[in-house]
Order: sequence, then C-alpha cells, then structure tokens
Amino acid sequence: MKRVVITGAGTVNALGLDVPSTLAAMAEGKCGIGDLNFRDVDRLAIKIGGQIHAWDAEGQFNRQQMALYDRFTQFTLVAAQQAIGQSGLEFAGELALRSGVILGTSGGGLTTQDDNYRMVYEEGKNRVHPFVVPKLMNNAACSHVSMEYNIKGPCYTVATACASSNHAMGQAFNMIRCGMSTAMITGGSESMLCFGGVKAWEGLRVMSKDACRPFSLNRNGMVQGEGAAVFVFEEMEHAQKRGAEILAEVIGFAMTSDASDIVMPSKQGAARAISGAITDARLNKDEIGYINAHGTGTAANDKTECAAVADALGAHADNIMISSTKSMHGHLIGGTGAVELLACIMALKDGIIAPTINYEEPDPECALDVVPNEARDAKVDVALSNAFAFGGLNAVLALRKAP
Amino acid sequence: MALDVKDKIIEIIAEQAVLDPSDVSLDQTLEALGIDSLGLVESIFAIEEAFDITVPFNANEPDQSEFDISSVAAIVKAVQGLIEDQKA
Repeated sequence: MKRVVITGAGTVNALGLDVPSTLAAMAEGKCGIGDLNFRDVDRLAIKIGGQIHAWDAEGQFNRQQMALYDRFTQFTLVAAQQAIGQSGLEFAGELALRSGVILGTSGGGLTTQDDNYRMVYEEGKNRVHPFVVPKLMNNAACSHVSMEYNIKGPCYTVATACASSNHAMGQAFNMIRCGMSTAMITGGSESMLCFGGVKAWEGLRVMSKDACRPFSLNRNGMVQGEGAAVFVFEEMEHAQKRGAEILAEVIGFAMTSDASDIVMPSKQGAARAISGAITDARLNKDEIGYINAHGTGTAANDKTECAAVADALGAHADNIMISSTKSMHGHLIGGTGAVELLACIMALKDGIIAPTINYEEPDPECALDVVPNEARDAKVDVALSNAFAFGGLNAVLALRKAP
Repeated sequence: MALDVKDKIIEIIAEQAVLDPSDVSLDQTLEALGIDSLGLVESIFAIEEAFDITVPFNANEPDQSEFDISSVAAIVKAVQGLIEDQKA
C-alpha cells in the first residue's frame, strides 16, 4: 500500500482567511463567533454564528465567475488556491489524469437556493437567473476546482451532514493508498449562514443563543460557522521525489453507521469509528496524543463522544488531550472536519494544541483533558480527528507527524 | 379559554403519542406517554402553531428551561402563562 502525505493546506473561516492566520487565532484561543449579519436576521431567534464578515467576493472573482459561484464555491476556490499553491503541484499530462477532487458539503449552494426561493415565493417573480442550477448543485465547488486546475481523475462530492469532510478526506486518502490516484484535492466547504439555513436549524432547538461551550457543564447548544478548508493529499514517494514540504502523514481512516437514530448520537457507533481508525492505521492506542473532537457543544454529543473515546482508548483516554475548536470557528457542518484537520496538523507539526474555549464548568460526564481555554505546547506524534453526523454516520481520520 | 387550552394541548400530545385524547390524563409525564426528545420538540412546535406563541425551550437544557414539561398539567399551565404574557 502507498503512503499518503499532506503537501498543501488552505482555508477561509471565521478565524482567518488563510492557514497561518487561522492557526494563530487557534493558538491564541480567539473566538470568531459573533453577531450574524444578513437579510432578515431580525426574524431569527438565533442571531450568532462564525460568519466571515471580511469576505470580499467581488474583489476576488470577476462578473462571469460571480454568476456561477455560490458562496460555498467561492470559499472552496480560495482555499484550494492556497493549498495547491503551497503544494507546488501543476496538473498536466499523466498527473492530471491520476489526480482527483473529493469535497464534502452538506448544504451546497444553500444561499443560492434561499435567495431564489425568496424571489419566486416572497417577491412573486416568475423568472430566475439561468445559472441557478449549476450554482446551487452540491458538486459545483468540486467541478470548479477540477476545471480551474485541470484535474481529470475521480471527482465527486460527499454529503454526510457534519461528517461530510471527514468522509471526503477518508475517500481521498484511500484512493491514493490503494494506488488509484497520485494526488487528491480534498476537504470541504459550507455556507449555511443565511435566513433559511439558520431558520431550519432553529427548529430543532439545539442551537445556543449565546456561545459554543463544548464539554462545559453549562453548554447549551451548537453555533454554526461557515467557510472551507482544502488539502492536497499526495502519494508520499511522489512528494518526496519532488522535494515537497510534508505537513503531516495520513495513516488511517474508518467510518461506521449507528443504525439507530436520525439525530441522537450513539456511543457504540462513535467508538467503533475511533477504534476502526486506530486499527486501520496499525497504531497502538498509547501512540495517540491528541484528538480533535467533534465537540459540538450540545448536551448529547459531548457526553456521548467522551464516553466513546473512553471506550475506544481505555485507560489511555486519561492521557490524551482532546479539544473542540468549534468553540472558536463554529460548526461548519459539511466543512467542519476539514477546518478541524488544521488543528491536528498544528499539533503534529508545531507542537501546539488548540484549546476548547468558553470552558466554564467541568462536567463529570466529560471528564477528559479538554485543553480548557488556553492552547498548550506538547509533543504529539499521532492525532485523530472525529466527526459524528446527524443520521448516525461517523468518520474518523488518523494522522502522524511528517516522516 | 382555559378549557380550550387544556383540550387542545391534550389533543396535540395524544396525536404525538398515537393515543386517543381520552387516554391522556393531566398527571401523566411525556415519558410515560412514550414521547421522546424528538417527539417533545415536535409537540412544542405544534403548541406554538396552535396558540401563536413562542415557547422558550432548548433541547440541550430541558430541565433549566423556563417552560415546565414535567407533566401534561405543567405544560397546560405553562402555555396558559405564555398566552397571557404574549397577549400584550
């Protein structure tokens, strides 16, 4: 089997418009969550989120591109440009044919849908822009990356709600590992912060009105974010031969389904995914130093996740650090695992563990080292990244420090 | 009015529990009626629609919510209070 390494990373999210600024914000424990600002926000009960207020689409894309790029595609393209730029790869000839794009998203072009439904239903218009369909489709971002960079191999989009990005990156990893591809552009993107997007979530009554406080006893729900993170996964020998900088190695992946409830998480399903990733990576449990938690800040997720980690790691669960960076950038739904993978890379490469901010009161049901409020310096060789989606779909990645 | 509120709430809860309204009594808990957390959220939505009120309820902290859901009678009382408060 081939070994797989990460040779490029890019992101835009509420903490920063690139990887260095995002990692600096995570290391400082900065909060990117604040007041939402979009049309009809006054009609929402939930008015906070990790919104990218500094986003300037017009400054980055021309008129023709703007007509085709939903906000989730814009985020993807900017993150992809950073990642591919860092990797130094140019897709031509055989490499173009042997490379692909697998991205996660849950809502796809939800903002485009929201705007256009409003126009035909509320404003009574009978005509919509000709590009509504190519703009809103879930695979639009993936296809634009493929077109922009001449990537001609396996390209598709994965939608498994909050686990979309992890499923996408797991697929990309396996394609290189099994020899199908040389390089894969992977990660995910989400742009659900519009009236309809937040209104739908409000209905479920799991959102917090004030802050995302993962693992804290007084946590009262999740807070949404938006943005993207994109990575270049590359076959290790290919990367080494061309002298590329390796950010980390991807060593394992597992996915499971709870097969039980459409919204309530299951300890067993999550624990099987964690154990599966450990087995797939041929790891000993005690090699794991850090876990980037799913850590949504809901009552149900956080206690179930801690129990699953304790189940999967046994006594070693008390030695590891586990943090939820959603406390800072919010829950990016289909893009969340991708942004959170950055925290794993920071732990492995820079020896900095991103904190769980807004942590106020210990919860006996979340009795792990959640790296409360302040980043920590620590030497970590292996990290896991958890994602547990609505629908009971779980996906866990394992990463190792660059060889 | 008070009677209408009670009957309407019992009707909503009975529908959620797939029971006849006559089988729902005021002293019962939602748990005893077989209504889970998703069923509760759906019932609250139906109550909000029926009475045109906003019910302060967060599924993450059901015990700390100002809205008492400990029994059918408690829900009726809480809804009556909300109707009074939100009439203004």
